[in-house]
Parts: sequence; C-alpha cells; structure tokens
Amino acid sequence: MRFVAVTSCPTGIAHTYMAAEALEQAARAAGHEIEVETQGAAGSDPIDSSVIAAADAVIFAADVEVRDRERFAGKPLVSASVKRAVNDAPGMIVDAERAALSQPAHAAVLAEAASVVNPPSVSRSTSGSAVAGAGGKLRQWLMTGVSYMIPFVAAGGILIALAFMIGGAVVATKVNGGTFHGHTYPGVTDVSKLLEQSGYAGVLFKIGATAFSMLVPILAGYIAFAIADRPGLVPGVVGGLLASAVGAGFLGGLVAGLLAGGVVSVIKRQNVPKAFRGVMPVVIIPLVSTLIVGVIMLVVVGKPVASAQTHLTSWLSSLSGTSAVLLGLLLGAMMAFDMGGPVNKVAYTFAVGTLASGQPSSAMAAVMAAGMVPPLGLALATVLRPKLWTHAEREAGEAAWLLGASFITEGAIPFAAADPLRVIPSIMAGSAATGALSMAFDATSRAPHGGIWVVGLIGKPVLYLLAIAIGVGISACCLLVAKSLGRSKVAVEQIDSTASASSSSPSLVKAGV
Amino acid sequence: MPADSGSVITPELVVLDLIAADRKDATRQLAERLAAAGRVTDLEGFLADVAAREEQMPTGIEGGIGIPHARSAHVTEATLGFARSAAGVDYGAPDGPAHLIFLIAAPDGGGSEHMTILAKLARKLVHVSFKQSLLSAASASDVASIVNSEVMGR
Repeated sequence: MRFVAVTSCPTGIAHTYMAAEALEQAARAAGHEIEVETQGAAGSDPIDSSVIAAADAVIFAADVEVRDRERFAGKPLVSASVKRAVNDAPGMIVDAERAALSQPAHAAVLAEAASVVNPPSVSRSTSGSAVAGAGGKLRQWLMTGVSYMIPFVAAGGILIALAFMIGGAVVATKVNGGTFHGHTYPGVTDVSKLLEQSGYAGVLFKIGATAFSMLVPILAGYIAFAIADRPGLVPGVVGGLLASAVGAGFLGGLVAGLLAGGVVSVIKRQNVPKAFRGVMPVVIIPLVSTLIVGVIMLVVVGKPVASAQTHLTSWLSSLSGTSAVLLGLLLGAMMAFDMGGPVNKVAYTFAVGTLASGQPSSAMAAVMAAGMVPPLGLALATVLRPKLWTHAEREAGEAAWLLGASFITEGAIPFAAADPLRVIPSIMAGSAATGALSMAFDATSRAPHGGIWVVGLIGKPVLYLLAIAIGVGISACCLLVAKSLGRSKVAVEQIDSTASASSSSPSLVKAGV
Repeated sequence: MPADSGSVITPELVVLDLIAADRKDATRQLAERLAAAGRVTDLEGFLADVAAREEQMPTGIEGGIGIPHARSAHVTEATLGFARSAAGVDYGAPDGPAHLIFLIAAPDGGGSEHMTILAKLARKLVHVSFKQSLLSAASASDVASIVNSEVMGR
C-alpha cells in the first residue's frame, strides 16, 4: 500500500522527526511505501499532491493542528498523538491498512479527526491512550473556525470603516434606516437604488455589512468542518445562520458549530445498511444533521435567548434611575460580553432608545465607548506581547485598531471565539471601566454609531477619549495576564506557528497552548 | 552552522555514569555541562524552558529513552547533552525509566541548519542500532564520535 503521513509536535525539534522515522521504518518493514511530511522547526516540504492522491490512507501523528489538512480530505485517516507513532509505529501502520481496506480512498465520506474512522467496524484502538486531550481538540476546532472567519472580519470591518470615513457615520443609518443626530432615514429597501440613495459610502457599507453577516455562519461552519470534515460544513453553516437569525451571536455560532460537528460524527458512526451507504455522504448526512442542528438552534436555543433579552432589557430600564456610574459599568460589560450577540444587543438597543428623545445621551456615549474598547484592547495586547498570540491573531490585531476606533466591536470576535474563557472576561473588565468612566465624566453622544468618526457629536470629547484609553489599557493588561496563565513559553512558541494544542492538557484553560 | 561551532556534541557533554535523584536533577546535571561549555548562556533560564516543555507532556520514550528538550533564547548553538544511567531516571515513559538521556538544546529562532541537525539526531533516536552503540560505548569520546558521525556524517 501507499501511505502519506504528517508528524508534528509542540516544540518541533524531537518527536516530529522521531515519529517520522519510526513510521518510515514500520511502513517499510510491513512492505508499504510511505512519504512523511515533518511539520517541525526545520521547516517542512509539503507532500506532492499527486502522492497524496495516490495514497491509500493518511496518517496524522500530531499534537498540534496539521497544517493545510484540507489537502488530505477524502482519504481514509488514522490520527493519533505524535507519541503513539514514536512508541507504536507498527500499530499505526496496521490501523492505516485497516482504514484503507475498509474505506476505499475515492469514497466521498471524509475521515473524521478523532481516530480510525468510518465505518465503525475498524478498530478504534488509536483513540485509547494517545489522542490529543479533549481540551486541546476543542481549541483546535475553535481555531480552525476562527482562522476562516478572520478574513471576513478584516474585509467587512475595514469596508465599513472606510464607508464611515468617506460618507460619515450617518451612512449606516442611511442604509439601514433609523434616526441619526435628529434626522430620520427610511433606509434603503431596494438594493438596486443603493448607490443613488446612500452614495458610494453606502455601497461600501453594504458590502462590509454583508461580509459581516457571514461571520457567524463561517465560524460555525468551519468549527464543524474541523470536527467532522466536509460533511460538517452544511449543518455548521446553516446552524450559524440560524444562530444569527435567533440573535444568538457568535456564542450561538460556537454552539452551532460544535453541535453540528458532533451530530455529523455520531451519524457517520452509525452502521447503516449497505443500500444506503452510497447516499450517506450526499444525502443522508447533510439532511439529517442539518435537520437536527436546525431544530435545536431554532427551538431549543432561540426561545431562551429571546426571553433572556427581554428580562435583561426590563432589568436595565429598572436601573436607569439609580446610579449612572453603575449603569455605565453594566452597559460596558454587556457590550463586551458577546460582541454583537444577544447581551450586547440589549445594551446597544437600550442606549439607542435613550437617543430617541433627540437629546444627547450619556448612556449612548458609555455604550459606544465601551464597544470600542475590545478590539482596541486586543490590538494593543498583540503589539505589547506578540509572542502570546498566533500569527493569524496578530494580523487580526492590526485590523482591530481601525475596527475598534470605528466602534466595530466585532473586530474582537476572532480572539474571543478562539479562547473565550480568557478573552471575554478581560475585555469585559476594560469595557466596564470605560462605560463607568464615561458616565462619571458625564460624556454624551448624539450619534448611535461611528466611533471616533463622530467625535464631533460627543459631549466632553477629551474625557470621553480618556475613558476609552483607560479601558483599553485595562483590557490589554488583563489579556496579557490571562494569556500568560497556565501556559509556558515553549507552548506559546508553538501556537505561534500552528495555533493548536498539546496532547495532554486536561482542560480548556490549560489547553490554550 | 556558525564558524565557531563544530559538533553537536563533544566529550565534555557526555556523562557515562549518571547518578540523579529524578529527571529534574538529571536534566540539570546535563545542562550544567552545556553551560560550562559555553553553549548555554543562562543555566536557570534554559532549565525553565526545558521544564516548561516537560510539563506539557513528559518526554520519556518507550525503550528507556528520555529526551528533555527546548528551543531557548539561552542556547548559542544546536547542542546535545548525553547521559547514561544504569539505575534509570523516570522521564514519564509508560514502560519505565530512561537509561539513555538526551538533552536537546536548540537556539531560539535558530536557522534551519541548526534544526536540520537536530532533526537528523531525533530520527536516529528511534534506530535500535544507534541506541545499542550508545549503550555499549566505552568512553565519552566514543559517544561523541558515534553521534557526530551519525548525525553530521563525520
């Protein structure tokens, strides 16, 4: 038989090569051909695509995410930790033989990440001792989703910011309708009249907003893709769209993506009658998984989100007579909690409501200032300590300056989705401080959005900017502390190149390596 | 390779009869050799980097091998420290203690030549004949010449 393999390990100087050598020896001893791609510190030569095409099975011996794993899509896959390949390469070769025999290489059903896959008759022994820990896997899945989402954030966010620069922040209101600085706009209902009614800035805004509408579907879709390969994409994307539709935001998208990946993995493991096997990948898996994920997102997730929003809204209204600083603190924290998700929307809608009287609003100022903080804090943190962040995150950090300054809080989503437990509390701290300070300084805003582009409509602009700067500093400090917790220098170095996980990390927090 | 460096290992970097309390002690004894040879500039800093890697996942390999390793800013050139322990030192391998211990030190951000040498070395570690020749080597200089000839072809 012909095999291809990829080996990788956290430091990339020892196990990667030992595993490669061990696999080569074991394959040759068993009379097979093998080509191994070592994704280590000495750089890697990608296996030629024709070699991959001719291979009967693929072996991953990896503790960090295999780079460009799409190249191997559709091949029978055996996956385990790099240590297993070092300690038991012959066993992995036997697993690869079985996988190749039980699943023809041309089958459209994709191999799943966890182990020897589909169909279930294959021994699952690989998963026993050596598969990367649950936390590490989770982080790999999230990072995959995030890496596909980042270009959407950058493209959409920068287009929206450009639209604000060219046409003023009012362009968003012109396109979507609503009230801006006392004027009411009907919004553009017929897209063919977009250019006449809102100008080139409106066109830029619309394109950017459309890219943004794909954030959650892409995130969810590619999380599911990371878990279950190509069959995960449909339920993931649809689940993500539904998460947006029910207003569940990116946290809803995380749920949808993980759910979709899990559902597909379970379905793939079912032992179906032979007659159905041919239509499994094209019809059955997409149909059943999308149905299940869709129903859960609409029925199970949708309602609680809506009722939680209602309760939060009435709770905020009940608070508005009491301490302004406390209100600012809460609004700020809510803005940073889910960035465009349900909690954020409650705070934002509450603030926009206070604008309706036509008076400058201090709640609006607090909300806008707090919403600018997360991307700015993350951008600052990536500059202060680049080593704590993946390459993709550092690039997202560059765009985040502009997005944060333009009050496009979504610029922080890639960071939060990749590592929610560290990132969300950190940015909430900064945003809460900014919200409270903005209230304490009695800054006001007459614009519902626009960030620094509407600084002319801000009352007490200098103190307002000071409140933002303090929050950004607090967020960045919290982020650096949180990101340093439970991870070592070496660990950080390796995520630098591969954005992934160590095999033995028992929890999400520790697995941020 | 920088001009001043010759080999990944020299006889001074070899300990043939290591007596160590545990893996930390064993790693430290080897690291001290590296520091004495000027290949590690900050002993404590380097040990911290190695320990950080060790914490992620023990570096014991089945067949009596331990490979503590790190890429570290405190390393000047790709270096191997080697120790043989009759009693064995536990490096967390499932099948028992390590009798051959390889401390692999890679310079942080080192060029690919450094990494290529270490990659070759790592590949040798899974060869039974290589292990056997190290187990039976009579002297430190024998060990150094075995490693250098296998890894660097001289």
